[in-house]
Amino acid sequence: MQSSNMINYDYSVAKLFAFATIILGIVGMLIGVIIAFQMAYPELNNLAGEYGTFGRLRPLHTDTVIFGFLVSGIFSTWYYIGQRVLKVSMAESPFLMALGKIHFVLYLLVVVAVVGSLLLGITSSKEYAEFEWPIDIGIVVIWVMWGMSIFGLIGIRREKTLYISVWYYIATFLGVAMLYLFNNMAIPTYFVSGLGDWWHSVSMYAGTNDAMVQWWYGHNAVAFVFTVPIIAMIYYFLPKESGQPIFSYKLSLLSFWGLMFVYLWAGGHHLLYSTVPDWVQTMASIFSIVLILPSWGSAINMLLTMKGEWQQLKDNPLIKFMIMASTFYMFSTLEGPIQAIKSVNALAHFTDWIPGHVHDGTLGWVGFMIIAALLHMAPRMFKRELYSKKLMEAQFWIQTTGIVLYFSSMWIAGITQGMMWRATDQYGNLAYSFIDTVTVLHPYYTIRGIGGLLYLIGFIVFTYNFYKTITAGRELEEEPQSTSPMAA
Amino acid sequence: MFHWLEKNPFFFAVAVFVVIAYAGIVTILPDFMNSARPVVGTKPYTVLQLAGRHAYIKDSCNACHSQLIRPFKSETDRYGMYSLSGEYAYDRPFLWGSKRTGPDLMRVGNYRTTDWHENHMLDPISVVPGSIMPKYTHMFSNPANIETAYAEAFTIKKVFNVPYDKADMPKLGTYEEATKMALAEAKPIVEDMKSPEVKAAFARGEIKEIVAIIAYLNSLK
Repeated sequence: MQSSNMINYDYSVAKLFAFATIILGIVGMLIGVIIAFQMAYPELNNLAGEYGTFGRLRPLHTDTVIFGFLVSGIFSTWYYIGQRVLKVSMAESPFLMALGKIHFVLYLLVVVAVVGSLLLGITSSKEYAEFEWPIDIGIVVIWVMWGMSIFGLIGIRREKTLYISVWYYIATFLGVAMLYLFNNMAIPTYFVSGLGDWWHSVSMYAGTNDAMVQWWYGHNAVAFVFTVPIIAMIYYFLPKESGQPIFSYKLSLLSFWGLMFVYLWAGGHHLLYSTVPDWVQTMASIFSIVLILPSWGSAINMLLTMKGEWQQLKDNPLIKFMIMASTFYMFSTLEGPIQAIKSVNALAHFTDWIPGHVHDGTLGWVGFMIIAALLHMAPRMFKRELYSKKLMEAQFWIQTTGIVLYFSSMWIAGITQGMMWRATDQYGNLAYSFIDTVTVLHPYYTIRGIGGLLYLIGFIVFTYNFYKTITAGRELEEEPQSTSPMAA
Repeated sequence: MFHWLEKNPFFFAVAVFVVIAYAGIVTILPDFMNSARPVVGTKPYTVLQLAGRHAYIKDSCNACHSQLIRPFKSETDRYGMYSLSGEYAYDRPFLWGSKRTGPDLMRVGNYRTTDWHENHMLDPISVVPGSIMPKYTHMFSNPANIETAYAEAFTIKKVFNVPYDKADMPKLGTYEEATKMALAEAKPIVEDMKSPEVKAAFARGEIKEIVAIIAYLNSLK
């Protein structure tokens, strides 16, 4: 154990991905705010010709926040946490060092290709898997490189037992690889016919099967990108920042293996009352309810880790972000199963309640955890004190207000819409034409846009704070032990 | 058992993979062949319709419009007969959507016309006051990509045995034949339209995206 203090961890790749996280976060959230206001004020669709319509920007928003902000956050934290829990520095292996840097450069190239192609309308239409085959190949290469980095670092580790976070990173790697490969199976049409656009392809699956595969992917992308790696982060950063040991090893075991087994069954809840077999729907519904157990297992493990140390919530904004993140995780993993109950889904499906649910998970759980992770890493990577505690406090409340406005307006919008679609008059005829159910939502769409804007403003405050930390923060002599040092 | 796994990354990874792969195999495979069978009367898309479908995908119409009618009275009253699995047998990719910002389009061909679509795409509010749909004026100037649509039809015929050129099924033929057929199919649609730009282009032998997407929407029944 003494030797671990002397290891000089190399954070160059972690830093690069941290910058990517912040920049892509701003871009993705900004597009999100724009499309949110487009739904309230449709004239905003006409600002940039065909490239500025909701249809073109919506995939760009989802993919920039998922594969830009979130995935670079995952990579950044891996390149930080991986070395530390395996007690080995990347600098010890020139191969892993070079691999990490090439990994980053290729990642940036793919990001550029994604943004360009989506703006041009080159898309496969499958949600969160819109990219055509040439980009898919690039993504596979990037993913394999990340896998090599994970297992390469594990191969030269000093600490023999894999810490919980590493379990979750391994699961992220394997899960996304499996899901992404099978969902994107397609045949490039140019190579069969010799005609048309060379990048065009056609899905290997048709109709109902395509839907099954897509939502097996789509839902579990949520599992393995929005959940699993974020749990990896909180299992490392919460104990580190608070100086408290994880509450229960057994609970983390139960949650890990439970989550791995149960999550993959739940994809069918996106297809309730569709044409997929009834037994698949019922199974998906049941497993979605069971999913509360492992999800709450992790969240409760986090909350109980703070046992006896709750004053830190008041003193340390980083702890506040992380505890709020696990609270939103509990909230979101209760809301999801409720929506997966067939009778609730009959009302909620196709309405704004669904994006509402997604965003209390992504803004509250994912966003807050990544922000906390970057704030914890900054003093250790750049050896400087965090620039301002006040700014972090302000950011926390601005963003929390934003999230609350977002999900509460979308609850009301979704339930209103669902009720109006099914409402009948005294003779049993439909009471509303479709457009009535659109115009009634205008105030909620406006409130949602404001909520999103607040979150973006908070994120810009965070960016400023991060920038000032690495350029003007007080320099640190030695690495802080637990609580991150911060100026008032 | 778990302590042992935590020190053996290889077996740990294998165990994780087995646990996560299990569900996909059990839920997707058993009914795979069954779900791929078309309902009697379902036909693959013509090249023009397919080009329209590509325009639909290009602008992510599926981000706001579903193509899935659920078996509830409120939905069948509004949109028509509920969806059957076999009706989607030739949909690659499926376009069910996940959000109804606008109405379902599964059977829009039953109750909307070329003329309605033309006005609506140019200026949605002129047809549906209060609509929040964007204007799609660029579809009146962008050409439909007939070549890529043919390439796709050719590919699915060859690879997945989609029944083009069979009795009572759409004809595909060679690329030259297919372009002629697409023009013939586009002709009545262009005649029903009023846009001089689209008509002038068609006189030059060019099919605009709007013509193709209307052909596609009219085919949804």
